[in-house]
Amino acid sequence: MKRRTFLLAGLGTGGALFLGWALLPPRQRLIGRTPPDTDGNAVALNGWLTIAPDDTVTVVVPKAEMGQGVHTALAMLMTEELGCDWARVRVEHSPIDKIYGNISALVEGLPFPPDANGTLVRGVRWIMAKTAREAGVMITGGSSSMRDCWMPMREAGASARASLIAAAAATWGVAISTCRVDQGVVVGADGRRLRFGELAAMAVKHRPAEITLKAAASFTLIGSPIPRLDSAAKSNGTATYGIDVSLPNMLYAAVVMSPFGVTTAPIVSDAQREQSRAMPGVRALITLPGSKYGDPPALAVVAESWWQAHKAANALSTAATKVAATANMSAVSTVTVMQDIRNTVRNDDGMPIRFYGGAKHTLEESTRTVDATYEAPFLPHATMEPMNATVRVSDEGAELWTGTQVQGYARAAVAHVLGLDEEQVTVHQHLLGGGFGRRLDVDYVAQAAAIAKATPGFPVQLIWSREDDLRHDFYRPATVSRLRAAVDTDGHVTAFVAHSAGQAPFKAYGKRVGFLFTMYGPDRTAAQGTWDQPYAFPALHASHSETESAIPVGSWRSVGHSHQAFFLESFIDELAAAAKQDPAAYRAAMLQSHPRALRVLQLAAEKSGWGTSLEPTADGRPRARGIALHAAFGSIVAEVAEVSIAVDGRIRVHRVVAAVDCGLPVNPNIIRQQIEGGIIDGLSTALYGGLAISDGTPRQSNFHDYRLLRIDECPVIETHIVPSLDVPSGVGEPGLPPIAPAVANALFTLTGTRLRSLPLRMPREAAS
Amino acid sequence: MTAPNVVPLALVVNGAPTTVSVDADTPLLWVLRQTLALPGTKFGCGIAACGVCMVHLDGVPVPACVTPVSAAIGKAITTIEGIRGPVADAVQSSWAALDVPQCGYCQSGQVMSAVALLSANATPSDADIDTAMQGNLCRCGAYPRIRAAIHRAAEALSTRSQGASAITPVTP
Repeated sequence: MKRRTFLLAGLGTGGALFLGWALLPPRQRLIGRTPPDTDGNAVALNGWLTIAPDDTVTVVVPKAEMGQGVHTALAMLMTEELGCDWARVRVEHSPIDKIYGNISALVEGLPFPPDANGTLVRGVRWIMAKTAREAGVMITGGSSSMRDCWMPMREAGASARASLIAAAAATWGVAISTCRVDQGVVVGADGRRLRFGELAAMAVKHRPAEITLKAAASFTLIGSPIPRLDSAAKSNGTATYGIDVSLPNMLYAAVVMSPFGVTTAPIVSDAQREQSRAMPGVRALITLPGSKYGDPPALAVVAESWWQAHKAANALSTAATKVAATANMSAVSTVTVMQDIRNTVRNDDGMPIRFYGGAKHTLEESTRTVDATYEAPFLPHATMEPMNATVRVSDEGAELWTGTQVQGYARAAVAHVLGLDEEQVTVHQHLLGGGFGRRLDVDYVAQAAAIAKATPGFPVQLIWSREDDLRHDFYRPATVSRLRAAVDTDGHVTAFVAHSAGQAPFKAYGKRVGFLFTMYGPDRTAAQGTWDQPYAFPALHASHSETESAIPVGSWRSVGHSHQAFFLESFIDELAAAAKQDPAAYRAAMLQSHPRALRVLQLAAEKSGWGTSLEPTADGRPRARGIALHAAFGSIVAEVAEVSIAVDGRIRVHRVVAAVDCGLPVNPNIIRQQIEGGIIDGLSTALYGGLAISDGTPRQSNFHDYRLLRIDECPVIETHIVPSLDVPSGVGEPGLPPIAPAVANALFTLTGTRLRSLPLRMPREAAS
Repeated sequence: MTAPNVVPLALVVNGAPTTVSVDADTPLLWVLRQTLALPGTKFGCGIAACGVCMVHLDGVPVPACVTPVSAAIGKAITTIEGIRGPVADAVQSSWAALDVPQCGYCQSGQVMSAVALLSANATPSDADIDTAMQGNLCRCGAYPRIRAAIHRAAEALSTRSQGASAITPVTP
């Protein structure tokens, strides 16, 4: 209660003016100040679509396409309401404008449990939605795109449809109610037809007073497993990513960046500088101080080709490493950082995130407790497309070409580095060769701008090598968590106490980009996944201690959920084992007041054959199943993993059965694709992930020593979707969290050994 | 600024002869991407550990990031932009039909490896697919669909060849 009071008081400081503003309806998201690009002959009926004379409908999408299928899914929303021909639909990136600011992600960032729906909570969410609308932060993250665009995209389609019908009715001199829309054509009662392409210019003048959306029962496109719009271009090499940008007179840049904890650029002798400067194709050698956006101090080489720049940078890097080795420039290491986190978690004084029911007291009084501590390592994002950005500085301003999850912050970074107004910077958004949270940061954009400043008039394309990419990331923060529960004689939880420790990813991010909402106060993303789960604990105390280190941290696919789900769902399994109960039944007993989660759990259990016996593997090794359930970003996913251990001790995952409730399934095909992707990403890191850092530098440098799951290790995956008419929620992240605990739980069933640390490694004696 | 190693090199890329003037040790990848403006072949690791840069040299899949351009002289270089024929058609249409790509960045390389596999082995088993595709990383987790799409392409090709008399052979 205290916390809520504080929140309201904090929001209420604006007084009467604030109240007046708060009572006004939220501002519209239909038409912004920056119109979409119409290519000369198309017409923008609002900020979300343009219609060309040839009937091509271009859906204007503010969200980054990084693999999650959002361009296709959002175009489906538009097409459903507009009534155009799906075969004539294409997608284009939106300009930067406040109507495209993400409202859902900010509202979901409020510190309320997902199911809270009281008057006060609704009121605060309303205020936050209005604040987010004013702030207008364009952000693709938090699996929020579908929820964020569910209303505005459909409203834009419905509004445009009404305008087109009104234009046709006016042309024919008939009543609007006598006209209907059929596949991109307005049809009159007498069968007369006018195409959208013919009507668009006229339709601008007919703006509807009110918008009527289709009822879910009459959806014809939403809910269909139709193919993605981008599959063909991504199969024939024509899809264009930031790294594919090619401009006249373009130069290329490679960099040598300082280790973590070092505040000066790499030190090289003047002779070495001159030597690199004289290498073939080299045009400039620039010392960069780094910026608040997180790009470290660095040396940059600009050359006529990237290979030339890279070779010169490598020569500088070798020289700088020799200097650094003698100077002992950085002592940052994961060994000491992990020790600090472990020590912190033992002191039970974390910042409370959520508590009720006197959980700590109950725990202290209880004679029956379960107590376990878990660990997860730092993780790089390792997107397949290494970080890159192209910047051209001119007298008028600057242009940026890149793939980013935050177009507005990318623009701000360029403006900041070059001392320009944001209006002087044009951003050209591209497809992202993977995001996973890495491209929420704009360090590489700021760095490219600083380099391009030295070569005015010439566009410069900065490309990081894979080594740069793995060694200069904003990693998932290593986290340690101690979970404790008091249980009654039947093994039921009477109190649950969670205390985790680790760096605060979103606070660090907020400070880099100036995201006010997370710069201060406790960072709940670090602890998400414990206090916000559907289990009915009679008493709960969840807290987190924020630690500090020179290792940069940020958002990694599903953020806190990615490791907290491993901790909590392993712990629930430990509780079930202590109570000598079936892990699925034990969970079900705690979900009786949460039918949605219960259904997901039961669906996964049923489809996996939970409780039936499993045949040994082809090489005669026994198999076992493990189950885990997790709610994240409005969706609930349960997964059952079937595992075995090879003769050589390798952990093998043969089959994963997933069940998901993500609200109304907009495109079941894309949902399955994302759940598969989440499982494989989660499995990859559960089995192999983890970065070791010493002397301020990650020891792993490329895919030969930073291992990712390959096709021969990939399980068979089945995804089952719960039918629903609820507002759709995200699928890009929620598939990931349950897989690590599902595998760990299966390994426990198989061997009796409980693995409490990621990546999962079987001790030799337990594996045989 | 001097470039003593630069001599004109004659290459045949996607069937077309061309001459490039670059250092002989420049990886084929950067010649394709930057000198010849064929960006479909991607850069991922630079050490032949991820497969996003897979191209064919005389029909054999090789990672372009570690292949010096000089090693490609006298060979037919085929990139994603130039891959043609019934196998490529079957692979690419299966890729789109099963929605294999997510972010899509690795998919040029995946397609090049899959075409090479099916050209050499018309009916690959799961184990054959594992062996042939192991060098191609995918961070988005398209693996189950890659496997399914290769099987689908193999089936489409076998159906096609059973009724082959009606089909005009496609020249490479």
